[in-house]
Amino acid sequence: MLYFLQQLINGLTLGMMYGLIAIGYSMVYGIIGMINFAHGEIYMIGAFISIITFLLLGVLGITWIPLALLLVLVLAMVFTAAYGWTVERLAYRPLRGSFRLAPLISAIGMSIFLQNYVQLLQGANVKAVPPIVTGGWILAEEGGFAVRVSNVQIMIVVLTLVLMAIFSWIIARTPLGRAQRACEQDLKMAALCGVNVDRTISLTFVMGAALAAVAGLMATLYYGVVDFFIGFLAGIKAFTAAVLGGIGSIPGAMLGGLLLGLVEAFWSGYFTTEYKDVAAFSILVIVLIFLPTGLLGKPEIEKV
Amino acid sequence: MTAPLLEVEHLTMRFGGLVAVDDLSFTAHDLRITAIIGPNGAGKTTVFNCLTGFYRPTVGRLVFHGRFGPVLLEREDGYRIPRHGIARTFQNIRLFANMTALENLVVAQHNRLMRASGYTVLGLFGWKGYRTAEREAVDRARYWLDRMGLLARADWDAGALPYGDQRKLEIARAMCTEPRLLCLDEPAAGLNPRETAELAELLVEIRDRERIGILLIEHDMSMVMRISDHIVVLDYGRKIAEGTPERIRTDPVVIKAYLGEAEDEALPEEVAQDLARLGGGD
Amino acid sequence: MSTVATVGPRTAAGGFDLVRALKEAGLAAFVAFVLFVPLMGFQLVGQEGRLGLVYRPHWVVVGTVTVFLGHLAVSFLRAVRGPARRARGEAGPFARFFTVHARWFGVAAALVAFLLPFTPFGNRYVVDVATTVLIYVMLGWGLNIVVGLAGLLDLGYVAFYAVGAYSYALFAQWFGLGFWEALPIAGVLAALAGILLGFPVLRLRGDYLAIVTLGFGEIIRIVLLNWYDVTNGPDGISGIPRPTFFGLEFKRYSAEGTTFHQFFGIEYSSLHRVVFLYYLILILALITNWFVLRIRRLPIGRAWEALREDEIACKALGINPTNTKLTAFALGAMFGGFAGSFFATRQGFISPESFTFIESATILAIVVLGGMGSQIGVALAALVIVVLPELGREFEQFRMLLFGAAMVGIMVWRPRGLLAFREPTVRLHGRGEGEEAPR
Repeated sequence: MLYFLQQLINGLTLGMMYGLIAIGYSMVYGIIGMINFAHGEIYMIGAFISIITFLLLGVLGITWIPLALLLVLVLAMVFTAAYGWTVERLAYRPLRGSFRLAPLISAIGMSIFLQNYVQLLQGANVKAVPPIVTGGWILAEEGGFAVRVSNVQIMIVVLTLVLMAIFSWIIARTPLGRAQRACEQDLKMAALCGVNVDRTISLTFVMGAALAAVAGLMATLYYGVVDFFIGFLAGIKAFTAAVLGGIGSIPGAMLGGLLLGLVEAFWSGYFTTEYKDVAAFSILVIVLIFLPTGLLGKPEIEKV
Repeated sequence: MTAPLLEVEHLTMRFGGLVAVDDLSFTAHDLRITAIIGPNGAGKTTVFNCLTGFYRPTVGRLVFHGRFGPVLLEREDGYRIPRHGIARTFQNIRLFANMTALENLVVAQHNRLMRASGYTVLGLFGWKGYRTAEREAVDRARYWLDRMGLLARADWDAGALPYGDQRKLEIARAMCTEPRLLCLDEPAAGLNPRETAELAELLVEIRDRERIGILLIEHDMSMVMRISDHIVVLDYGRKIAEGTPERIRTDPVVIKAYLGEAEDEALPEEVAQDLARLGGGD
Repeated sequence: MSTVATVGPRTAAGGFDLVRALKEAGLAAFVAFVLFVPLMGFQLVGQEGRLGLVYRPHWVVVGTVTVFLGHLAVSFLRAVRGPARRARGEAGPFARFFTVHARWFGVAAALVAFLLPFTPFGNRYVVDVATTVLIYVMLGWGLNIVVGLAGLLDLGYVAFYAVGAYSYALFAQWFGLGFWEALPIAGVLAALAGILLGFPVLRLRGDYLAIVTLGFGEIIRIVLLNWYDVTNGPDGISGIPRPTFFGLEFKRYSAEGTTFHQFFGIEYSSLHRVVFLYYLILILALITNWFVLRIRRLPIGRAWEALREDEIACKALGINPTNTKLTAFALGAMFGGFAGSFFATRQGFISPESFTFIESATILAIVVLGGMGSQIGVALAALVIVVLPELGREFEQFRMLLFGAAMVGIMVWRPRGLLAFREPTVRLHGRGEGEEAPR
């Protein structure tokens, strides 16, 4: 039972991170109907930028951890968002109206490019980050087994919830959110109604990238290691989460992320860790086949 | 009297709360042009999509007296329906834009050619039976390209053809499947009056020469009134009237549904004059 | 559409608007600066077990200035030459010429390939590299069936390559099958894997298919890594039997029967096997080419292309989309499997490391750069992509970076590939007869 509780906690933490990345996939898909394959790399870049800014702040003498983390959060979001914006501007915007596979191939190219760009600039080796947020709580103890929740985990959950609240507010209440929802319904019509479609799409990428940066920061704090390749798996899994929750739906992305995190935690907790990635992929395939609209997605009517 | 080709009985199609087609029944006959008309959003294209297997009707029976005897269309997979002898065109043309006009027409004969190529195996080694079959397919394509006046442009990419030619090519492609019922979704949309008149003549000719039935969705009332043998009028998914063009033209319910639009447009005399002036005889 | 990008700083008179160009270049440089500062300006390095930063401000300066000047140059060129013929998928006269005369180029290339080992350059190293090129040519042609003809984006093609390689290795290990017996089996198994994967997922939208195949590629790799009993995990399988020339082995001595050099009464040379392997893959690749060229003109091939253009119209013509796609998937996989078993017999050793996503990405890059559907283009792209890293370590390092950038660039400027000009599968009129299509 306690073991179960521990896996639950771990799974939720993991799920929050997947969810944050998945939102980026889902928002972009909702608006322009494409899978932004490079999104996983954006997350990876977010992780790198987080560490770099953190070390830089240390050099500048900002060593009070809460302040440093807050600054890192903001800076990582800003710089990573710049990457998100640039990716859209260079690799996707010129392709609107091109043939069906073009944006997909371009996205894959972008993904390969970013991965190698970071590898060349930062080296291929794994970067071990010293623990920044330490400590934790023991929730229950029985027969030598303790259920722990670390401060990092608490931070991840709280931060995710706060960000979710902010983003839900942006989408529900601000003019930007209204423009996004309009674009989601009908890109052409939105343009005719005076919505600046290009700008809205750009901002969507910026928002998605900012959230991915947060996930990157969290992963750095949680795992303590970063390398140029982490975006690949995280990307596929977050995409799985987005599909599971219903691609295009933001609460769906979060829900899918949580479910996936839980499945993975329990799988590695009770079965074997080697095949946990296989479990995630299998979920992806099964969901796509039997529940293509996901848990919270809207059915797509094929227009003839 | 001609035999019934397609019997639609109590067809209903709902999308969530929206009833696109509501308890529609009608019959399309062999050797006749049956037109489905109605204002925008009346559910005409939905009827087509049910007939050709793109939508599964919520309720209803669609009996088609096809190549292999009667068949219930609502139970068939979409891609199987053409084999029974139904071909269709699309409101917003769907050609294979990067393939040539000729290739478009050869692709339409896919199933026959697949069989002739021994499901690719024999064809791979240049079996003679397949080469003959391919030649026949090209001949059939040539025949239809000729009928449509597209022979000289046979090797153009379909996407490079002018709009009117694309419409014609799509009809030719449908005819290459050798259908018994040709379903045309607004074939005159975007054509100028002259092209529309030519099209009208073409459809009559197809009906009489190929001896098949035609099911037509069209907004151009003059064309519908001139060439249809039977007209079904839809409004908000319901059938509001049915009958010969003469009857429909004077039906008060129809006139009301079109808010007088019908009075302006449905002037067959004018169209007849038009046709005569354009040198309808060839 | 992308008005900003196509119009560029051109005044009404068509001249070059320097102020505007400078402004735009400045903006681009500013964005580049923001991008470069965190990742270029600082490098994470481990120092005594701790992470530290190395400062590289000069990199940022160089990068930003490069972007500024580059942007300026592009603006200038665009103003001088007029808006590019981008994103419309039109082929240039060069590509057209190449494709129209593809047959002659093909024959010439095949001739050169056949004579290569006997030319003065035909030393061991060159033949070895050429063999690698041909493996990628074959893989590219195989994937071209799936991506170029049928328009299905397969990001896990390497999985089928792995299935082929492991099939041969395992059949040789367990049942003592030779290369020639195992080759068809490997092809069939790879095709079956294609069907197994394709059957459930080919109904999906194109982009879902892409990510599922990507996942499938990873699954295969993970299974190969962890299924110790069968695959020997990360250590791989070694001692895979080398191919024989109609039963003649390429060895100095053989316990059983004669060897190649004994049979032909020539001096033993280790080069014999290298050359033999080269001819083997050359023949396999030519068979693939023959197959693809042939099948493109058969109903199934035309149906693939039609499906790529418009699936709904295909359904309305009675084409079964699922089966048609499945055939493409299975046949593409089969050639991947053939290439895989050749790879196994050539290396004599395989491990999961040879079958990573990078490999899939490389093959896809070959197909995309060469022009989807263009046989000669794919061959040229494979040549460039394999030979480039051989030219020097710099290229090796920047290889994947360049591929990625090239894939984006091609999609933006030449979405149909560098050498894409589609030759109709059947013609009614000879060239120059009939009405000329508008250019």
